[in-house]
Amino acid sequence: MKRYDAIIVGGGHNGLACAAYLARAGRKVLVVERRERIGGAAMTEEVFPGFRFSVFSYVVSLLRPEIIRELELPRHGLHILPLESTLTPLRPDGKAGDYLAQWSDHDQNRRELARHSVRDAEAYDEFGLLLHRMARAIKPLLGVAPPDPASLDLRELWDLWRLGRYFRGLPEKDLHALWKLLTMSAADYLDEWFEGEALKGTKSASGIIGTLLGPRSPGTAYVLLHHYMGELDGVFRAWGFARGGNGSVSAAIAAAAQAHGAEIRTQAPVSKILISGSSATGAVLDNGEELRAPIVVSGADPRRTFLGLVGEQHLPDEFAAAIRRYKFRGSSAKVNLALAEPPRFICMPQPGPHLRGAISISPSVDYLERAYDDAKYGEISRRPYMDIIMPSMLDPAMAPPGKHVMSIFVQYAPYHLNGGWNDARREELGDTVVNTLAEYAPNLKSAILHRQVITPADIERIVGLSEGNIFQGELTLQQMFFLRPAPAWARYRTPIRGLYQCGSGTHPGGGVMGAAGRNAAMEILGARA
Amino acid sequence: MLKTTPFHERTAPLCASHAWRRWAGHVVASSYELTHEREYHVIRTAAALFDVSPLYKYMVRGRDAGRLLDLVVTRNVQKAAVGQVLYTPWCDHAGKVMDDGTVARLNDTTFRMTSAEPNLRWLQDNAAGLEVDITDVTGGIAALSLQGPAAGSILASIGAPALKYFRIAPATLHGIAVTVSRTGYTGDLGYEIWAEAGNALALWDAVMEAGRPYGIMPAGLLALDMARLEAGLILIDVDYVPARKALIESQLSSPYELDLGWTVNLDKERFNGRDALVAEKARGPAWQFVGVEVEWSSLERLYAEVGLATRLPSATWRMSVPLYADGEQVGYATSGGWSPLLKKYIALAHLRSRWAAPGTPLEMEMTVEHRRRRAAARAVKKPFFDPPRKRA
Repeated sequence: MKRYDAIIVGGGHNGLACAAYLARAGRKVLVVERRERIGGAAMTEEVFPGFRFSVFSYVVSLLRPEIIRELELPRHGLHILPLESTLTPLRPDGKAGDYLAQWSDHDQNRRELARHSVRDAEAYDEFGLLLHRMARAIKPLLGVAPPDPASLDLRELWDLWRLGRYFRGLPEKDLHALWKLLTMSAADYLDEWFEGEALKGTKSASGIIGTLLGPRSPGTAYVLLHHYMGELDGVFRAWGFARGGNGSVSAAIAAAAQAHGAEIRTQAPVSKILISGSSATGAVLDNGEELRAPIVVSGADPRRTFLGLVGEQHLPDEFAAAIRRYKFRGSSAKVNLALAEPPRFICMPQPGPHLRGAISISPSVDYLERAYDDAKYGEISRRPYMDIIMPSMLDPAMAPPGKHVMSIFVQYAPYHLNGGWNDARREELGDTVVNTLAEYAPNLKSAILHRQVITPADIERIVGLSEGNIFQGELTLQQMFFLRPAPAWARYRTPIRGLYQCGSGTHPGGGVMGAAGRNAAMEILGARA
Repeated sequence: MLKTTPFHERTAPLCASHAWRRWAGHVVASSYELTHEREYHVIRTAAALFDVSPLYKYMVRGRDAGRLLDLVVTRNVQKAAVGQVLYTPWCDHAGKVMDDGTVARLNDTTFRMTSAEPNLRWLQDNAAGLEVDITDVTGGIAALSLQGPAAGSILASIGAPALKYFRIAPATLHGIAVTVSRTGYTGDLGYEIWAEAGNALALWDAVMEAGRPYGIMPAGLLALDMARLEAGLILIDVDYVPARKALIESQLSSPYELDLGWTVNLDKERFNGRDALVAEKARGPAWQFVGVEVEWSSLERLYAEVGLATRLPSATWRMSVPLYADGEQVGYATSGGWSPLLKKYIALAHLRSRWAAPGTPLEMEMTVEHRRRRAAARAVKKPFFDPPRKRA
């Protein structure tokens, strides 16, 4: 039997990041991944011959710059390409010019906004400046284990005092703005700034991603900040696409981990985390093989980790109850299309730079809220919100020459669908998405060569994310910061000695960020993050 | 009046930014789009098409063509195989660099030389007593550079032969007679295509059309400058003062001081500057031209101290920036910027030899909110980016 210093359960990007940092510190690390490939939900697969897809997560937004630097990810093959624009068609059918675009060039962007509202065009910069300041204010929170305000532990008190001092140092008006962002709905917050429906619809969409909430639900304003924290390169506000798809993020982290000596095993599903007394001692694979290590780190979500791999009998009742209450409620789906030609949008029919950015089907806040209404009562949105990118426009190698791949993020497709998910409902979802989108780009249907539809149930089955929640649990205020995943257990530790968590189900949550993996490693190593 | 290149009829309508840069008396696009960002990334992910026609070009023909070029440049031209291209600097009699460019051996007695500055007179003056014909073909030959991982597939699809790194061959692309060389200024997989100026527009159209399925984009000099910085490639008038323009002794550089020692072939019996270079090699150069990497945490701290997020240059800068070590100035950077690919603040710099070894801790001057500060940096090996596909 081989012995390790640490076993990481799950080869998602956070597990790999955790492994890389532990290995970098000289620990003997083994990563065990259930699937035949690493990456978890950050993976690229040639789903149809010649057509490669970021099957699940599809953009790089908040990947921590310090991880890129410390693990030297560019040297290990990571190349992030900017997504520069967002196109929002104003209405189905319609005519050329019926769109709102947000461009990276300031003058071009302002002129476009002014075409719809001169007031919005002027407010836009001020809004951007405020959110930039807010993002900067929040940023220090991402890279640290969140201290629990209820704790009397000296280290936590010290961290809390430092954090308190930091926030007290912020200008008063920034503090007020921050409080509003934390408590308001995205729609209400945007109403204070803008009048354009398409602009508010598109901006509020970022507040609902991955949650079973609508743009008018309180607490959704906070996620607006995430857009401004996408600090690729330390340059704020840039969102990107990884050359080769999101699998290359995982591949680069894995290469860094291996360069530091970590071992990675695929097709090695863990059936149980070994516990002796109140300490973790290793893990058992499905085939019965036992792996021993004094430290076990789970990249799986809290439900799978504690109720599945550990077992409630090993956990304090209160903790087990908190984990049972932890909300997943997956609400999003993915449709991946292989296309013979690019889509021609009625509102902007010529091929052009708009196809290299995001295309957002979010014509208004009402549109999104109606999409949510369907989901609230257990149905697929009849007209879903869609966030679309065309990876082959940014990295032509994703598709055969002249052909294209399209990635469609879809919301809402509730995990708890009335009657449950099955093949027919999956195809119904695919049809709804294609039909809705074809109203804006009529050539779409005839251009489709292949279609892959992924429901929340598929996400759960394939990647192992409970209820298909892309963030390993909803990113809502009641389960963020020191409450993620459970009160008093937010610092990557667990009630089992030697058992740690490093997935998105811990602070600071989901997205291809790597922060949880890095923070967990720092906690394990006893270093200050 | 500034000249336009043979491709201007195509490039002008594409130049949405209206941003043009002067290059050897011509106008060439700085960027086509409003910002050059995408044009840069295309070099590293698909293929970028550059108009490089302003390069000076000379045909050197005749029995003694190789001998003349061997007299002028530092590399061994006569040993070059037919179809080989040499990158080389050339020096004055004091061994100081006058210019750098390429020499392509088209057949036994025919060479094409490219340079940044006019060199007809220099070539003629060196040709005394030699049987050689030198023609300036700068205006008559249009040149395109296609750079990026898809460049090979694009050219193959219109009939270009497979070429090894730094090789050249005649080809017929889409019915147009050209020569194609596997060369470039980006440090990536890349090719340069040389054609009669009269065929320029047809060539442009053929390459753009063939490139469309592969994501080709025309790209300007701002994108090129970022790529050549990552590739650690030197730029005349920016990274060094050519000997012909130097006003004072300290502005001169030898090939050894520009990290071009590898191009100096002292086995050749006679070439301009040989004696001086033999002596310099023996005593070691006073300066070295190296890569410098700025430490992020230090840069971030400088900005945090004034309450700002780190600001990064969006284009490659070209100015002299002091470098310090052990409390004194030990050199200066001449090109620098943020590499969007490597996520690093990098620069090319001249350092006194004592401080030029990779890993040497340095400080680079940074102006942060109007104040001169110093960020921690270190000397590193060039090139910063060197993908296997460049030579594969």
